[in-house]
Amino acid sequence: MSDLKEKKYIRSHEPVFWGLFGAGGMLTAFLTPVMILITGLLIPLGIIDKGNFNYQSIHAFASSWFGAAVILVLVALPLWHTLHRIFHALHDLGIKRGRDWQQVLSYGFAFAVSVFVFTLLLQMF
Amino acid sequence: MSKRKPYTRELPTDWWMKQLFYTKYMLREGSSVLITIYSLILAWGLLRLTQGEAAFNGWIESLQNPIAIVFHIIALAFALYHTITWFSLAPKAVDLWIKGKRLDDKVIVSAHYAAFIIISVLCLLIITL
Repeated sequence: MSDLKEKKYIRSHEPVFWGLFGAGGMLTAFLTPVMILITGLLIPLGIIDKGNFNYQSIHAFASSWFGAAVILVLVALPLWHTLHRIFHALHDLGIKRGRDWQQVLSYGFAFAVSVFVFTLLLQMF
Repeated sequence: MSKRKPYTRELPTDWWMKQLFYTKYMLREGSSVLITIYSLILAWGLLRLTQGEAAFNGWIESLQNPIAIVFHIIALAFALYHTITWFSLAPKAVDLWIKGKRLDDKVIVSAHYAAFIIISVLCLLIITL
């Protein structure tokens, strides 16, 4: 019996992306509405004073390691969620061509923007 | 290449517009497009932040454009819709058992809504105070 060959399993890379999808989804569900409300509506419309949303305070916040981490998570993590959804929605819309490339482009886009944001924050340090 | 030719049923591209259930599903998926754009707007704001005060103020000014306002209103509606659907699915993900009894779905969902309200109010307080 001992000479039975062990079957080799190839690990799927899906759990990593699914984990990012889940974490991003949680963040998107809890924080995105209030973020859109603040940055997209209340501040541009002048309903709340720019108070803590002026250049000096945002710059100081983004320059601290804590603030930088918060901004990176808030901007980049939802993208890992939404691009995962967009990739699967392409299938739902019956776009069958180049599924591999669709996946590379979707996650690649989320990755590229994450690196973009990370680099900007690093520059401000 | 295998010689097997699996049968794939023809499915029109607009299959999801013929039944409300599927339309709602695709609307939820569609929310991700708007949230992607919103994230890019924020990333752009960060770029402008690194370029100095005038650039950053220019970014805030650009958000006052009526098109930007309309976009954010639509994005907010879709984001809220995503939140609602996410919470209604929560009991399927959070499988909590307390003293041998499964926690009621309603408890989990309302806990999520309570947390959502607390988080939103806290964010508004942080930005105004």
